[in-house]
Amino acid sequence: MTQEQILLGLASVLAAAAPVLFAVIGETISERAGVINLSMNGTILLTAMGGFAVALRTNSLLLGFLTGMLIGALVALIVAFSSITLKQSQVAVGFVLALLCRDLAYFLGNPYMNVPGPRLTVIPVPWLASLPYVGTLFFNHTVITYLSFVMIFLAWAWIFKTRPGLMLQGIGERPAAAFVRGANVNRMRYLYTVLGGALIGLAGPAYSLSVKAGWAGTISGLDGIGWIALSITIFGGWNPLRAAFGSYLFAFLQWLGLVLQARLPNIPSQVLQVAPFPLMILTLLLVNIGDAEWVARTLATLPEGVRRLLIRLLRVLRSSPPAALGVPFESE
Amino acid sequence: MNRSPHTPSRKRIDWITPLFQLAALLLALLFTTLMLLAVGAPPLQAYLNILKGAFSNVNSVANMLVVWAPLLLTTVGVLITFSAGLWNIGVEGQVTLGAIFTTWVLRLLQESALPPWLIILLAMLAGMLGGAVWAALAGALKTFGGVNEIFGGLGLNFVATALTLWLIFGPWKRPGTGSMSGTLPFPETLWLPTLSGLRLSPWSLALALLALAAVYLLLRGTRFGLRLKAVGKNMRAAYLLGIPTWQHMMASFLLCGLLAGLAGALQVTAVYHRLIPSISSGYGFLGLLVAMLVNYQAIWAAPVALFFAALNIGSIQLPIVLRLDSSLAGVLQGLLVLFVLLVEGARQQIMKRLRPPDESVPVEERT
Repeated sequence: MTQEQILLGLASVLAAAAPVLFAVIGETISERAGVINLSMNGTILLTAMGGFAVALRTNSLLLGFLTGMLIGALVALIVAFSSITLKQSQVAVGFVLALLCRDLAYFLGNPYMNVPGPRLTVIPVPWLASLPYVGTLFFNHTVITYLSFVMIFLAWAWIFKTRPGLMLQGIGERPAAAFVRGANVNRMRYLYTVLGGALIGLAGPAYSLSVKAGWAGTISGLDGIGWIALSITIFGGWNPLRAAFGSYLFAFLQWLGLVLQARLPNIPSQVLQVAPFPLMILTLLLVNIGDAEWVARTLATLPEGVRRLLIRLLRVLRSSPPAALGVPFESE
Repeated sequence: MNRSPHTPSRKRIDWITPLFQLAALLLALLFTTLMLLAVGAPPLQAYLNILKGAFSNVNSVANMLVVWAPLLLTTVGVLITFSAGLWNIGVEGQVTLGAIFTTWVLRLLQESALPPWLIILLAMLAGMLGGAVWAALAGALKTFGGVNEIFGGLGLNFVATALTLWLIFGPWKRPGTGSMSGTLPFPETLWLPTLSGLRLSPWSLALALLALAAVYLLLRGTRFGLRLKAVGKNMRAAYLLGIPTWQHMMASFLLCGLLAGLAGALQVTAVYHRLIPSISSGYGFLGLLVAMLVNYQAIWAAPVALFFAALNIGSIQLPIVLRLDSSLAGVLQGLLVLFVLLVEGARQQIMKRLRPPDESVPVEERT
């Protein structure tokens, strides 16, 4: 493999991670506010199909992306309504929506299967794109990939560096305290869930209008992405920067799978494409295991030096969900 | 982070609940009809086509029951984990592992001198073991690793799929090159006997009904079932009352895994007679939907699972006759569960508003 090929490959990793990033950041925002949007897998499929269909019919890519955001927001609204207003299980309604939206996508998308349609073109950033290495990696992408770069820092800055962001953390961690400080907890939760849903809704069109252009029904290869994005949200510890790392890691592993496949013809391609999942479980385990009681007990029996090292390691890896995640809030 | 799936039952105004559920059914039908009209399809014809596809002849009814048996097994399986307050999304992978273990034992023993019935029996037991092993993994991740069972289960589902594909294209591939059509079919002697001329095996039906009865009794009439529910409703309180909580959670995973594994075993021995990439047919996820629809009560599992099976079989003809995608069945099933959830939520909120504030204590506690 030449240096040029590797560079182009890594650039394609950045582009392929864009849809996952939108989904993960959207979910992160929603969960930060205390609402799990489990519908993601279906939402991505439905928005991919809907965005593509609208872009095809109107010949407007922008309308395609807006449709995706609208669908994503609507699905999130159902999750918000049933969990916040009707006080039903978020997991239950999210899971149903995940299956329902997937089947809706297949049903409604039937006429658009394998129809050639519009797709985003690569727009090199003037001057920057001609820089060695960096230009190829970062400045030779579609608009949606650039937007994904911006979104990481925007979301991070919003959550950790602004006053409303502080409130957002509050309604997910200690809603009662946030309420006392004057936050309308349930209204904010509605707002952030729908906003997060709109971001998740960008993921679908980012596939169907850019990364994997077109709609191919059940063989689109998009079924499952949403579940991965959910794991990456946890891996990311509800922090956009760490979530971005997780998304890029996932895209990198998938690319590595493709590269290795050419070199190892004995291993079926399907296996390498799912290779990231065992790794995901492993990371989830590492991220969570620090909280388990038996780990603390075992650590206590180890010699001082080893224990210190292990505790520090687990603390780095560890991430705890927002304390009020999935818990309804009542002001009285 | 996941709440217990149980909703408090208010016994007093019992005639209202069925009305709300009927409303949910009508809403689901209304939405589907509007959607069909929107895409320019004749709704009535579509529904009639589904009905005809499911009930037109003995063959289609038999096929419906072929779907019903494994679906009922996964449904009653997840009813056990639901009782313990667990969202066993990994049930899909547990079905797959059941199928893999069954295929494995059939492959090992098919050349042996053992009588075929014994080989089939051993293979199905192995299938149950396979499902239980996969469930135990999800359970261990949950109880010892602190990994939420939803995410552990989802990850394990993907690993199960990868394992299936690897086996089909790798060690167990057909002579020549492996293909998506699966491994080489087993000789007919190793098939679970079917009714003459049909694809339906009476053994599948018997096993599914047996499982239903067992789970019904387990959850209703045993100490274990009661404790399981206590763990599901309030883990902390159950723990303080001296119920060994993680052991009960683990046990519910194992039991569910056994049943899911049996569903996978039936898919191999009674339906496909080989391992195929999508061997679970989505019955795990569908079982979760059915369990939610029956409000986690085993008694309704049989008719509702049958209804879902009818939709699945009935919609197979849709692409040919009406040029509609057969995922219409999934849309109807999903809408139905969604509206039941929403309507149930609305009912609870309305009841709360109607009741005077001083009566806000649950009825059971006051009497």
